[in-house]
Amino acid sequence: MQQIINFIIKNKNFLLFIVLFGLAMIFTIQSHSYHKSKFINSANSVSGGVYNSVNQISSYFNLKSQNALLAEENNRLNTLLTNNQINTISQLQNKSSIVKFEYTTGNVIRNSYNLSNNFLLINKGEKDSIKQDYGVCSSKGIIGIIDNISNNYATVISILNTKSRISAQLQKTNHYGSLTWDGNSPSIIQLTDVEKVAPVTKGDTIVTSGRSSIFPKGIPVGTVIDSKLDATENFHEINVKLFNDMTNLEHVYIIKNKHKKEIETLLKSIDE
Amino acid sequence: MNSIITSHIIRFIVLVLFQVIVFNHINFLGYINPYIYIIFVLFFPIKSNRLLFIFLSFLIGLSVDMFSDSGGVHAAASVVIGYARPVFLKSTFGTIYEYNNVKFDDVDFGSKLVYVALLTASHHLVLFTLEIFDISRILIILQNTFFSGIFTILLITLISIIFSRKT
Repeated sequence: MQQIINFIIKNKNFLLFIVLFGLAMIFTIQSHSYHKSKFINSANSVSGGVYNSVNQISSYFNLKSQNALLAEENNRLNTLLTNNQINTISQLQNKSSIVKFEYTTGNVIRNSYNLSNNFLLINKGEKDSIKQDYGVCSSKGIIGIIDNISNNYATVISILNTKSRISAQLQKTNHYGSLTWDGNSPSIIQLTDVEKVAPVTKGDTIVTSGRSSIFPKGIPVGTVIDSKLDATENFHEINVKLFNDMTNLEHVYIIKNKHKKEIETLLKSIDE
Repeated sequence: MNSIITSHIIRFIVLVLFQVIVFNHINFLGYINPYIYIIFVLFFPIKSNRLLFIFLSFLIGLSVDMFSDSGGVHAAASVVIGYARPVFLKSTFGTIYEYNNVKFDDVDFGSKLVYVALLTASHHLVLFTLEIFDISRILIILQNTFFSGIFTILLITLISIIFSRKT
């Protein structure tokens, strides 16, 4: 017993180092396994508050470009509205009972795009009934999936994250694959596991497939730059240029699927 | 004594805030960021409680991690250099540092630069290895370590000249 205590006292620096290093490694490994709630994340009142107050100042710097984006979207939606003969807003509101996807607006208060696992922080949280696994998109295309939530803030796994997997498809045909990121350029992501028979040409539009219960079908992702067959020669590996400028994000929409629970319980019953 | 502790606490908070608000968003050439918060570990007084020092270097890494959603990579990297610091001190300043009361303001510029460079390089290597976490991308790890390292060393040298107490 005496010897054990002596050993601990003699090596106390090393033991403390091992314990702390082990702890840090656990946090790291946890952050590399997809979708485990992290113990250390920026969706807490301290870091959220700091980023929020910084954002209140820095958001003025790109006010003009964000306004232009919003005006452009309004323009597009107005065109859609008038061409589809839906003239009154009340008509839209009456339909809300059968609306499957609900949108909430939010602001990005922290953006990162230069790491290999990027996260965003948005200023909406539990208070606004945001939950894990809700989808996030902007007026131009998809951004990511909600990860950790606190009362007022939530972190978003960006599509620029090597752990992110989102189902997407070609707009022309229904051939689908999963979106991944190789960690190189913040404007180019990869669409993998697309069947060899799918006709892929340069300039094709990629949209979300609606196969998962997170995103509805048809949210724009990007256009095809080039494609090649992967190592097994059975699937396409497509480089996709994003519509979104991931380095300049401000206003986002959080998508809630009202039928999510129903779909999940149904899938669970199949598994059992 | 009390004012020393306060000044260290202030230094801790200021460094973390500057790191996460300013230096994490520089993105020079797209991805190069300096990690200047390790000044806290580099220039912590030599004659101090070793246990406390290791714990503090862990804590400053963890604070940066919390802000940048990176799991525990900064905590791991800074606890490594916190633990390994005596080895680097010995190799750059010689064994006299243990007996003489070496102050960072007094040592000559050359050995200080070597000391900063060695610790920064080891910190960045651990940091990027854990962040990328894929040994097949070793070239990218080394490339990031090299470029970010140069940036960090430059900034730390500048900051230590500006805030040096020697006139």
